[in-house]
Amino acid sequence: MDTMMPMGKAARRVRGVAFTDRALLGRAALNALLKLNPAKLVRNPVIFVTEVVAILVTLLTGLGAARGQGFAFQAGIAAWLWLTVVFATFAEAVAEGRGRAQAESLRRARGDARAKLLLRLDDRTLWQPRGATELKVGDLVLVEAGDIIPSDGEIVEGIASVNEAAVTGESAPVIRESGGDRSAVTGGTLVVSDWLVVRITAAPGSTFLDRMITLIEGAARQKTPNEVALDILLAGMTIIFLIAVASLVGLASWNGRPPSVPVLAALLVTLIPTTIGGLLSAIGIAGMDRLVRFNVLATSGRAVEAAGDVDVLLLDKTGTITFGNRQAAGFVPAPGIAERELAEAAVLASLGDETPEGRSILTFARERHGVVAPALPAGAKVVPFTAQTRLSGLDLMDGQYRKGAVDSLARSLGIAIPPALAEAVERIARQGGTPLAVGRDGVVLGAIELKDIVKPGIRERFAELRRMGIRTVMVTGDNRLTAAAIAAEAGVDDFLAEATPEQKLGYIRKAQGEGRLVAMAGDGTNDAPALAQADVGLAMQTGTQAAREAGNMVDLDSDPTKLIEVVEIGKQLLITRGALTTFSIANDVAKYFAILPAIFVVSYPELGVFNVMRLASPESAILSAVIFNALIIVALVPLALRGVAYAPVGAAALLRRNLLIYGLGGIVVPFVGIKLIDLLLTLFGMA
Amino acid sequence: MTLIGWAQIALVLACVVAAAIPLGRYMAAVAAGHVTFLAPVERAFYAAAGIDPRQGQGWRGYTLAMLATNAAGFLLLYALLRGQGGLPLNPQGFDGLTPWLAFNTAVSFVTNTNWQAYGGEAALSYLSQMAGLTVQNFLSAATGMALALAVSRAFARGGVKDLGNFWADLVRVTLYVLIPLSLLVGLAFVAMGMPQTLAPYAEATTLEGVRQVVPLGPAAFQIAIKHLGTNGGGFFNVNAAHPFEGPTALATALQIWSQQVIPFGLALTFGAIVGDIRQGRALLLVMLAYVLAGTWAVYASETGGNPLHLALGIDAVQGNMEGKELRFGQALVALFTATTTGASCGAVNAMFDSFTPLGGLVPLFLIQLGEVLPGGVGSGLYGMLVFALLAVFVAGLMVGRTPEYLGKKVQAREVKLAMLAVLVLPAVILGFTAVALVLPAAVASIPAAGPHGLSEMLYAYSSAAGNNGSAFGGVTADTPWMNVTLGIAMMLGRFAYAVPVMAIAGSLAAKPRAVGSAGSFPTHGPLFAGLLAGVILILGGLQFMPALALGPLAEHVSLLAGKTF
Repeated sequence: MDTMMPMGKAARRVRGVAFTDRALLGRAALNALLKLNPAKLVRNPVIFVTEVVAILVTLLTGLGAARGQGFAFQAGIAAWLWLTVVFATFAEAVAEGRGRAQAESLRRARGDARAKLLLRLDDRTLWQPRGATELKVGDLVLVEAGDIIPSDGEIVEGIASVNEAAVTGESAPVIRESGGDRSAVTGGTLVVSDWLVVRITAAPGSTFLDRMITLIEGAARQKTPNEVALDILLAGMTIIFLIAVASLVGLASWNGRPPSVPVLAALLVTLIPTTIGGLLSAIGIAGMDRLVRFNVLATSGRAVEAAGDVDVLLLDKTGTITFGNRQAAGFVPAPGIAERELAEAAVLASLGDETPEGRSILTFARERHGVVAPALPAGAKVVPFTAQTRLSGLDLMDGQYRKGAVDSLARSLGIAIPPALAEAVERIARQGGTPLAVGRDGVVLGAIELKDIVKPGIRERFAELRRMGIRTVMVTGDNRLTAAAIAAEAGVDDFLAEATPEQKLGYIRKAQGEGRLVAMAGDGTNDAPALAQADVGLAMQTGTQAAREAGNMVDLDSDPTKLIEVVEIGKQLLITRGALTTFSIANDVAKYFAILPAIFVVSYPELGVFNVMRLASPESAILSAVIFNALIIVALVPLALRGVAYAPVGAAALLRRNLLIYGLGGIVVPFVGIKLIDLLLTLFGMA
Repeated sequence: MTLIGWAQIALVLACVVAAAIPLGRYMAAVAAGHVTFLAPVERAFYAAAGIDPRQGQGWRGYTLAMLATNAAGFLLLYALLRGQGGLPLNPQGFDGLTPWLAFNTAVSFVTNTNWQAYGGEAALSYLSQMAGLTVQNFLSAATGMALALAVSRAFARGGVKDLGNFWADLVRVTLYVLIPLSLLVGLAFVAMGMPQTLAPYAEATTLEGVRQVVPLGPAAFQIAIKHLGTNGGGFFNVNAAHPFEGPTALATALQIWSQQVIPFGLALTFGAIVGDIRQGRALLLVMLAYVLAGTWAVYASETGGNPLHLALGIDAVQGNMEGKELRFGQALVALFTATTTGASCGAVNAMFDSFTPLGGLVPLFLIQLGEVLPGGVGSGLYGMLVFALLAVFVAGLMVGRTPEYLGKKVQAREVKLAMLAVLVLPAVILGFTAVALVLPAAVASIPAAGPHGLSEMLYAYSSAAGNNGSAFGGVTADTPWMNVTLGIAMMLGRFAYAVPVMAIAGSLAAKPRAVGSAGSFPTHGPLFAGLLAGVILILGGLQFMPALALGPLAEHVSLLAGKTF
């Protein structure tokens, strides 16, 4: 994970499942019918009311037909009311279906692994066979090459390479060993070489894999706080329109006859927010699904929603903001020495140096000065780095090349550093870099500046975050000077230098006390308290069990920069809900213009002037509105699953744009749609 | 419409806004306890009642205190109205009111509705007017203002239960705002020629030699608080259309000013309390925009005239003048109408029953939108804040965060309570109207046939539930059915709305107040004002469309087609 790709969003584009996947749609259609059970549908008040109304209209149509009354119009309304309900359950079924396939493959990985239960820690030969599901927390098991790790646990002893493809999808094996930050193993993964003794940390049924499966299947899906609030709003609006429509029975009988029940039912169902009501749960499921596809698992939808609300992002410097290893970033020649001469000497001094730092010097000299490293000349002797000398280098026929800590080199050469160079070295240190002196045969040629390199593109990402109103805070163990320099270069808003776990925790608590929501990523055991305290804690899959338990999200790719995308996915989820709610409510204007003149035209023919769409007949007007109301749900399923596009601009600009599209669009679209449907109905003589 | 007419309208509104700005800040200072020029009087009240004004109350305590005060006010007023026959200051010797009428009237004045099922000069003694109605004019207005202050504080505070002290708020707004303003306006009214006397009715002989009784009374000061407190209960039966209530055009303009100045000022008080005056300004602009739109609609429709009359060749210059204040013209009538219905006042200087159908639709719709434009004193502000919360909730999601208003997260509890409050008006108005239109006992109250009759009944319940109190006219209100149902509508419109709002305040006060960022939803600019205006129309108005289509709209299109009922 150290050699990370550039941070461009394109590199992480989430793989989407085509909405038109035929098998998936077929299964979803079947599930949609099963979801019609009113006892289950009652969780969704708007669609539940629609179903009750559909049942009522169906019964009345049947009774009417039995008495030989007009049938076609009422049956048409009944059919489309049912379709409205089915389309809504279908949307949810499609959203769920996308996670099912993934859950299936996980379930196979879990299988029924056999475990080797150790009786004593100090004797690896003495074990009993057990089923994985019989293991208790605290049991010690032996896992050898070719065995599947039976359950989640902490390595007590041993080191092994483990293939975690079952969980992460990445087939290259990773090293797992006792102690340190890579001691956690996941049930269902495969030990490829060597052996491990593992202490089981998860009870059967609550392992990481189990939780993943339930999450993906949505079985444990609970409504998130925002969803609950939105549901209440929609239920409230449903009641308001129920009152408005029911009161028409009395109001309309003042001067004429009240409209028939199917007509009132049509008015009710078109006015209540069926569009968002039908798509609400699909939006939530799809949001979780987007995270899963992104290889991030959230323990709850609540966590995803919280991600959208985050105000402060705590990011580790190493591996997230910088590449994490120091690299050559400049040559400072001593007075009287040409920069190229220094570069050539630096290349020779580093020729035998296989560390990343040494290789970065060769790369830098080639890229900046065109100095190509020669092959190791015959008779050359590599002088390795030792803790005593703190120098390394190369002895050639024509001289001895050395590089190392500035004071060590001066001491070994027995000379003083020229004041101008000493000043430059001082400056490098002050700016957070590491100066290395280069010498040849008793002469100091100059210094190499080693720096922790900030990843390309990260500065722009932070600027983006700032526009979204999110403060980024860099966390590092470096001293203040170094931290300040890197913070300035990366463009973060704040930094936490020489950070201890307590300081991190303190920082989070302080920010939360000011009413801010905090997100952080972490992998070590000492990150666990901060991960648990943060509103969004993204733990790395490679991290310790403690960290994974503490966070409310786990990144299977163990890439802390993903926190940024997680925030975007959270925001997208909320925006999609808001946009479709606005659209749904705005639709009512056109529906009034379609239905009200049609309903009252018997009592007051003059109200026909409000039939601005010039719909063919009262029947076709009512039917068109009901059909539009049903079809718009299906039409918006792809948008609900994909999510509304999110752009990192300020809230005001975002609101203006979305109000324009979904508010104004919500007013205009149904006028066009209802008119078109009316034309089609007329064309086929159905009205 | 004429330029001079619009100039009158603009002048009055400019005076309102100019006065609302300092008044808003002043009321914020009153709310904070910084205004103390009557401190000895204040302390005497607290000492007499054994109250510590610094003792904060949670939303439950505050609300219970409010309910208890109003319940006591209701019982006293009911007893007074029933027993006025045996009480002093009754020079005309009026009997006590019937139980139904006394119930209706007592509820009406306690709830700041001032629906009048009685005729003032023909039924009430001076004592009932002064000690009963005028006291309630102050008390109900002060109650609304106190609630608005408590709700405002909920936004300004974080992590607390304390919303302030109801008794202290009640005393302070009465002593430092309502009484001083009423004295000033009352004196101005006396100067403009309104009667203020305890003498019996005057008797005169007209030029034709007919003996006429001219009703008098302590009118001017009661009329001052009637407008300032957006009560609207006229001293005389025909309200502000009576020449003694509206002696001059200036008096009419001052009445309009009085109705609006406190509700508009309170919007800015809210801004001052939450520490960002721009927030209050955004609410004020929405209110002002609706008042202007309503005024325009009435003005345009009424000056447009009645198409049936125009077809007969009648001079179209004046427009429809039936039932209008003939001395002052259409502009002041239009502004007065939009103001009195938008501000939940209910005073009238023209008879809506005689308006053109669209002209009559405007006051009806302004009431149905929730009495928040600018609404009654206090109740307008807290009603507006309910809509603001809903606007933030619906649209706020579209910026990708849990919606926040002024740093307070809007979550399930707030949405639930806000919807509960918003439900009250449609349930009461549409429910009662629908029943009344099929119930023979109620139908007997409506003489008009066709859509106009529906409008009259719809207006009566809208006015009651919205705590407006104005009458469309035409409906016979003093029947047991109407007295009881309208009384219930008034009670629900006031208290079934205020209690959930106070619960919201309690919930908001307990939440931490988050600091804003570039990612939070800005609620002070024109974008939010536009959004709020739209949400008021959609969540407050859409549900009344079918009813309006069967009433004023049907009447309008029938009239255009030359059809009468």
